Amino acid sequence: MAILDVEGFSKSFAGIQVLRDISFSLDEGRALAIIGSSGSGKTTLLRCLNFLERPDSGIMRLRGQVLFDAQDASMQSEQEIRKRRLNFGMVFQSFNLFPQYTALENVTLASELLAKERERKLSPASRRAIAERGRELLDRMGLAQKAENYPHQLSGGQQQRVAIARALMLNPTVLCFDEPTSALDPELTGEVLRVIRGLAEQNTTMIIVTHEMAFARDVADRVLFMDEGMIVEEGPPQQVILSPREERTKQFLARFSGDR
Amino acid sequence: MTDKGIIISRLLEGFALNVQLFALTLLFSLPLGLLIAFGTMSRLKPLSWMTAGLVWVIRGTPLMLQVLVIYFAPGLLGWGPLWGSGSGARFTAATAAFVLNYACYFSEIYRGGIQGIPKGQTEAGQVLGMTRSQIFLKVTLLQVIKRILPAMGNEVMTLVKDTSLARIISIKEIIMMAQEYTSKGLIWPLFSTGVFFLVFIGALTLLFGWLEKRLDYFRA
Repeated sequence: MAILDVEGFSKSFAGIQVLRDISFSLDEGRALAIIGSSGSGKTTLLRCLNFLERPDSGIMRLRGQVLFDAQDASMQSEQEIRKRRLNFGMVFQSFNLFPQYTALENVTLASELLAKERERKLSPASRRAIAERGRELLDRMGLAQKAENYPHQLSGGQQQRVAIARALMLNPTVLCFDEPTSALDPELTGEVLRVIRGLAEQNTTMIIVTHEMAFARDVADRVLFMDEGMIVEEGPPQQVILSPREERTKQFLARFSGDR
Repeated sequence: MTDKGIIISRLLEGFALNVQLFALTLLFSLPLGLLIAFGTMSRLKPLSWMTAGLVWVIRGTPLMLQVLVIYFAPGLLGWGPLWGSGSGARFTAATAAFVLNYACYFSEIYRGGIQGIPKGQTEAGQVLGMTRSQIFLKVTLLQVIKRILPAMGNEVMTLVKDTSLARIISIKEIIMMAQEYTSKGLIWPLFSTGVFFLVFIGALTLLFGWLEKRLDYFRA
């Protein structure tokens, strides 16, 4: 059964239409890869899911419940959005770690703030539990030794893995990746892709915007090709990446031919 | 006490006023500057125009003139003795003028610092479910402080020396005190006032150096 349903997302910036009537759905435990050239709208789509942008029209449902409806003004308030966006985790292209916090603090900060809101004052027990879970996640990312390091002391690949741990910390229903390896030196992409592959094997529900075609082919259960704000082709990776039907998909993939 | 001793203790008495004016100005203008910066950055156009206009007027006119206007205007406009009377009134008016002036300069430093923080920092906070104020206090603020520290150091040191402008409304700060001796034909007290400023600013230099070192543990 579909865990996420997006219906008719459209979005314009200053008169330029970036998303045109985007609809897709995602099953629980599956990984969806979104491919397409820069400017095709794939990052904007991801940002809409995370409420970093508001679609001009469209509806989004999570487990059948309406999570966002562009027509419903009551859903636009800051507070409402704050609650709803926690259903999604986001890993950014440029990591966006908080420089003044250690790796571990980066991972635990949001949880501590949320716990503080619930309990008014954070008890030592919950603080310990949060730190423990943070260490566990860093360990899963292969970064147990780096918990006390500050971001500038870490390589790009390590920073991105901290960012993944930070997103996982809040147990998002859907984890989104926005070109997670595009800002990395080529020799560092492998460690990040390995971690994401591991998450896919544990059936994490994910949406991955990526330029790594080989990776999308191996890891994704479905692939969505976008061009000029539209979904041009959608299907299993064998079809979309290996034997695309649409002319535009073929043209796009021809540029990655060495990579397939 | 020797003449020299008396003169120096009078200079010290004057300098105490400079230090008081300095401390009070910082105390109020640091937070007020932040409010003005938020005003200028506000999406409410009338508000941002208003604060931008205020900053333009304050930065566009001499501080000495502002001290005069703030002290004399209430009386001239018939608002009565807004500042009270006597030397206390003059000091209050001078403090008000200094606070307003420095808040405007600080606001521009804050604004530059806040707008210089990459947008990704705010967005990372947002997707982690933080509120606007949590993002400001827990994510942005320390990075802003680190970035603006050198500029703030400059401004704070200028403030130390600017406090002497208060003599325009007969506040007996150190230079005014020393000038009383100059008019009697004694020049060294005036020249020696420089030492007071140098020592005070030396201490501030150390303080800012220490603060910058404290924030050296991360890169923003």
